[in-house]
Amino acid sequence: MSVDKQHLLQFLLRQGDNTLVLGHRVSEWCGHSPILEEDIALANTALDLIGQTQMWLGYAAEVQGEGKSADDLAFLRDAWDFRNVLLTELPNGDFGRTLLRQFLFDAFQSVLMGRLMQSSDETVAAIAAKASKEVAYHVERSADTVVGLGDGTEESHRRMQEALEYLWPYVGEMFASDETDAAMAAAGIAPDPASLREEYDALISKVLTDATLDIPAATYAHKGGRTGYMHTEHLGHLLTSMQWLQRAYPGCEW
Amino acid sequence: MKNEWPLWEIFIRGQHGMSHRHVGSLHAPDAEMAVKNARDVYTRRNEGVSIWVVEAKHISATAPGDKGPLFEPSESKIYRHPTFFDIPEEVGSM
Repeated sequence: MSVDKQHLLQFLLRQGDNTLVLGHRVSEWCGHSPILEEDIALANTALDLIGQTQMWLGYAAEVQGEGKSADDLAFLRDAWDFRNVLLTELPNGDFGRTLLRQFLFDAFQSVLMGRLMQSSDETVAAIAAKASKEVAYHVERSADTVVGLGDGTEESHRRMQEALEYLWPYVGEMFASDETDAAMAAAGIAPDPASLREEYDALISKVLTDATLDIPAATYAHKGGRTGYMHTEHLGHLLTSMQWLQRAYPGCEW
Repeated sequence: MKNEWPLWEIFIRGQHGMSHRHVGSLHAPDAEMAVKNARDVYTRRNEGVSIWVVEAKHISATAPGDKGPLFEPSESKIYRHPTFFDIPEEVGSM
């Protein structure tokens, strides 16, 4: 199998940066969740995402071939080098928005991991196989909470509908395609994201309908995260907090 | 106004063939979420292969004040322990 190394690297960075940035965002709830049980559950989710990041960025570093580690990629790149979709870097907002963002991402991952398990690249297939079990639990849990809050009290419903209006313009970017995606599809490594939209829409429509939430009609999609062209202003702030230790104490180990 | 979710008692089976054991309690809005919360709170270090949840209000319990009439009468009835039989050696450890 011959595939352009740069395209494979881009693909792996996109996977690893999605889970890294969202994992960090979710970890921000640690100690602040509205109830103890949710605090532990969110911390578990964040740890799962960081664990997946180690696999994706570890493989990315190997493909890059510059002797770097997953940690180097996570903690020593600047905002413009990140390839996560904008959805994952958005601020948490309230608990409902955090869980809705989680659901919109989990649903995408659950569709994608199913395909990546069939990847022609054995390492990609192995990472997807391990991640898919975690993702299956994440999407079940976040979907339940979205339904519980959407179809809950008047206030929780209003907050969830507002969260959906806020997050919806960031959903489309997950299905954008470029030459990297074309190269991955041609090599049988990963599906064209655009081809996942139908299955995704069916999944989220069912849950959002159960949650009595209205999917916005607008189709405008913010983009620039997965290409690195332009992140939101939120990513830099996230990185200053996430990368602080390695920046202040370079090479620090414990 | 009551904002607290109901309390659930959690039982985990550590491995196949063993019985479920009470491990603690937690709050959850319904049984399904109680199972999920139990998974996240009590099995994150690979402790279990099965989870039972029971809403605490459905458990009937003995009253601590009744322990005299309930439990003390059996204290003096050592003949109820099967310690007066000679076990043949061939049986091995029981």
